[in-house]
Amino acid sequence: MTYSSRSLLSVLGFLFISLVSLPVHAADIQEVTSSGGIKAWLVEEHSIPIVSLNVAWRAGSSFDPKGKGGLAHFAASTMDEGSADLDSKAFQEKLSDLAIQLGFDVGKDSFSGSLKTLSENTNEAFQLFGNAITQPRFDKEPVERIRGQILNSLNQRLSNPNSLAGRGWFRLAFGDQAYSRPSNGTIKTIAAVTHDDLVNFAKTRLGKDNMVIGVVGDITAKDLSALLDKTFGGLPEKADLPTMPPQYLLDEAAVKIIPQDIPQSIVTFGGQGVTRDDPDYYAAYVLNYILGGGGFESRLTDEIREKRGLVYSIYSYLYPMDEIGLQMGGFGTSNASVKEALDLTRGVIAKIRDEGVTDEELEGAKTYLNGSFPLSLSSNDSIANILVAMQRSHLPIGYLDQRASLINAVTKDDIKRVAQRLLDPEKLIVVVVGKPVDLKPVGAGAEKS
Amino acid sequence: MDHWRKLVIVVSLLLLLPSGLVIAAPASSPGETSQKIPTLFNPKVKTLKNGLEVVVIEDHRAPVVTQMVWYKIGAADEQPRKSGIAHFLEHLMFKGTKKLKPGEFSAIVAKNGGQDNAFTSQDYTAFFQDVSADKLPLFMSMEADRMENLQLTDKTVGPELQVVLEERSMRTDNNPGARFSEQFNAAQYLAHPYGTPVIGWRQEIEKLTTQDAIDWYKKYYAPNNAILVVAGDVKAEDVFAMAEKYFGPIPSKSIPERVRVQEPPQLAKRIVEMSDKRVRQPSWRQSYLAPSARDKDQEYGRALEVLGEVLGGGVTSRLYRGLVVDDKIATSAGAYYHSDSYDKSTFVVYGSPTPGHTLDDVEKAVHKIIDDIIANGVTKKELARAKKQMLAAAVYARDSVHGAANIFGGGLAVGETIGDIVNWPKHISEVTAADVQAAAKKIFDERQSVVGRLTPEPAKS
Repeated sequence: MTYSSRSLLSVLGFLFISLVSLPVHAADIQEVTSSGGIKAWLVEEHSIPIVSLNVAWRAGSSFDPKGKGGLAHFAASTMDEGSADLDSKAFQEKLSDLAIQLGFDVGKDSFSGSLKTLSENTNEAFQLFGNAITQPRFDKEPVERIRGQILNSLNQRLSNPNSLAGRGWFRLAFGDQAYSRPSNGTIKTIAAVTHDDLVNFAKTRLGKDNMVIGVVGDITAKDLSALLDKTFGGLPEKADLPTMPPQYLLDEAAVKIIPQDIPQSIVTFGGQGVTRDDPDYYAAYVLNYILGGGGFESRLTDEIREKRGLVYSIYSYLYPMDEIGLQMGGFGTSNASVKEALDLTRGVIAKIRDEGVTDEELEGAKTYLNGSFPLSLSSNDSIANILVAMQRSHLPIGYLDQRASLINAVTKDDIKRVAQRLLDPEKLIVVVVGKPVDLKPVGAGAEKS
Repeated sequence: MDHWRKLVIVVSLLLLLPSGLVIAAPASSPGETSQKIPTLFNPKVKTLKNGLEVVVIEDHRAPVVTQMVWYKIGAADEQPRKSGIAHFLEHLMFKGTKKLKPGEFSAIVAKNGGQDNAFTSQDYTAFFQDVSADKLPLFMSMEADRMENLQLTDKTVGPELQVVLEERSMRTDNNPGARFSEQFNAAQYLAHPYGTPVIGWRQEIEKLTTQDAIDWYKKYYAPNNAILVVAGDVKAEDVFAMAEKYFGPIPSKSIPERVRVQEPPQLAKRIVEMSDKRVRQPSWRQSYLAPSARDKDQEYGRALEVLGEVLGGGVTSRLYRGLVVDDKIATSAGAYYHSDSYDKSTFVVYGSPTPGHTLDDVEKAVHKIIDDIIANGVTKKELARAKKQMLAAAVYARDSVHGAANIFGGGLAVGETIGDIVNWPKHISEVTAADVQAAAKKIFDERQSVVGRLTPEPAKS
């Protein structure tokens, strides 16, 4: 039947020429250094009156002290609740009156802040952001209010199958190491966080040396340069971070079942992946696309959704963290078909290890990964994210123009080598939340609850 | 960069329930009195001879384009016993045509570096591709192809029905909050089909057949029942010519008039309660029957949008400030108005109590604030802030080409005009405090409301 599609495509065949034109080129990214020595990457875009600022510090939840898990997340949730001479209400009213969007978030590795403003209010917006990070108040009222909200959310997570699966997986895979700890903490650890902990967090973890900044929008390099000093000048030169010990992944197969009375089991699976600076990163990236990263076009989707209708959604993704990389995946399927879907997943993985991928798959992956890249550079917000991510990963400022050739250089042999290195179905770590039929727990960690 | 995403965004055939209207618009100058509110997105519009409406929004920042085809047919147009067919057909539109084999549509999109998906609401079914702008002719030819040449067989339809049932499990049956929402919504509409979930009731989805899907497709998929929206790095004239080339030859059909069962007068407030062992925090809400996008009294609708912003727009809103910050009765509280529907919609207020407070406390506190607005109106400052936020949201919306296409497709599909959409910022800016107070007096009619109480299962003693 393929010929029938070609008849349509032959008319339009010229369109298949992979002509990738990027909306943002390396040359569009300026490195701005303020007189105070603060660096930011900037893309000017004056056609709409908006400015976006994204900042990340290497100060994520993995650095939280033992027994105070969730501290960084707690700080992220309270930093926009008053600073300098403005209490929580006054601060939030000022944001509302100027329609400024300002917020903080946390991951395992990084603590991030984002700001979006109409360009007419750029100065006020940067000032509010600067005050939030350098002079947060952490007044009792907002701290206790937000603590209540976090506890409420943690309590809700205890019956949320997706949350249980994610948390359960990291617990099983990393035991009691830093990466096992949930970013938002637990009911016990959040209850233990004090006002002094939050103050100390802001004073010590957010420094100039562990910070990267991306700015996009209706602002000039000159104006940004002046704002950088005003906004970030008050931060300590060096952050005081605890040393992060190496993180080790469980090195054997495990299947853990977390019982929940629900009709559809939620399955999270994963194992060894690559870090961002691994020489095999691009091969793993292409491999993941073919395995389960490509929306409707992947081996997992084809085998388990399209052919059998066992799932609505099945996917895989690379999760490169600072200390270790993971290859993850997941799906939801009725309790009766968990075993079948898991066996099929292992089969898809085994086949890719044994036989590699086809020329057609490799070419398809490359044209998609390169051709779709301009989509992720089509809004100020997403460009600002990318500027920060590039710096976090120590990529050169010219990376955008190099990316396509890095992907195009991946060969079938590279993929096969990486598949053997990463995807070992004999070491797959699996967590199932639900009432799976005929599924047995595997491994020591799986027995503990 | 996409490969730095920490968590994958699950690309899936999503199911869209109508959500609050967000309309993009131009920057307003900061001046209070001499405020100039230009119309924006400046769309160009043309209707082909076969009835296809074409809307183009040019944005030349990046060499990308969003193409969307919106069919003016949704779950609320389904016949009794066939709930879920609109959404099921959305899935089946990827199952091949005379030219393309099953799944090939998305495969071609991916091979060309594009991303595609589709969604269904009570009022429409929409399909889109986000792609590099030079690929538009290819994807337009493919959308035109599946507008008239869909091929369905039991072999492809069968597994997809299982997929949809799994989708229902994931979205609804696995989640007590979603199950409650379904019951709550059913209580809001005594007769109108908005009371039936978009995805359908499970026992009815299970019985849908290939023939049901073919019938639905043949009846409703036609150029005169569709809107083509293209946003991005294109020239309107080129898009019109391209649309003429690919969609122009498709004949129009006689589309049945969109007649739905309408609500009888609602005379009795309803209270819906559910307990579930998987619910860990109690929550309260109340929804009121509200005007639709097509309501003749458009000023009332715009005033309600402003009221929604004053009552529930973020942490400085009346409800959050009152219940969460000041009185510590609730951990969350807010309000929203679903203005984008073809028939009568809802205005909703909600809150979740803090430990030591009850659902009754939340209900009382919410109504105290509502009563205050009815009696005393909103302050000048509140009004100014709400408008500022809404007009800024309109500027922020200009950052997304995909969002722009969504706004026009969604608006037109529920019966708004282009003028309604481009003048939205102007209409919002004209809302007065007296309008908001009058809207509050009118909307909060207890007889047309449903109270919902979702609680954890009581502890067994």
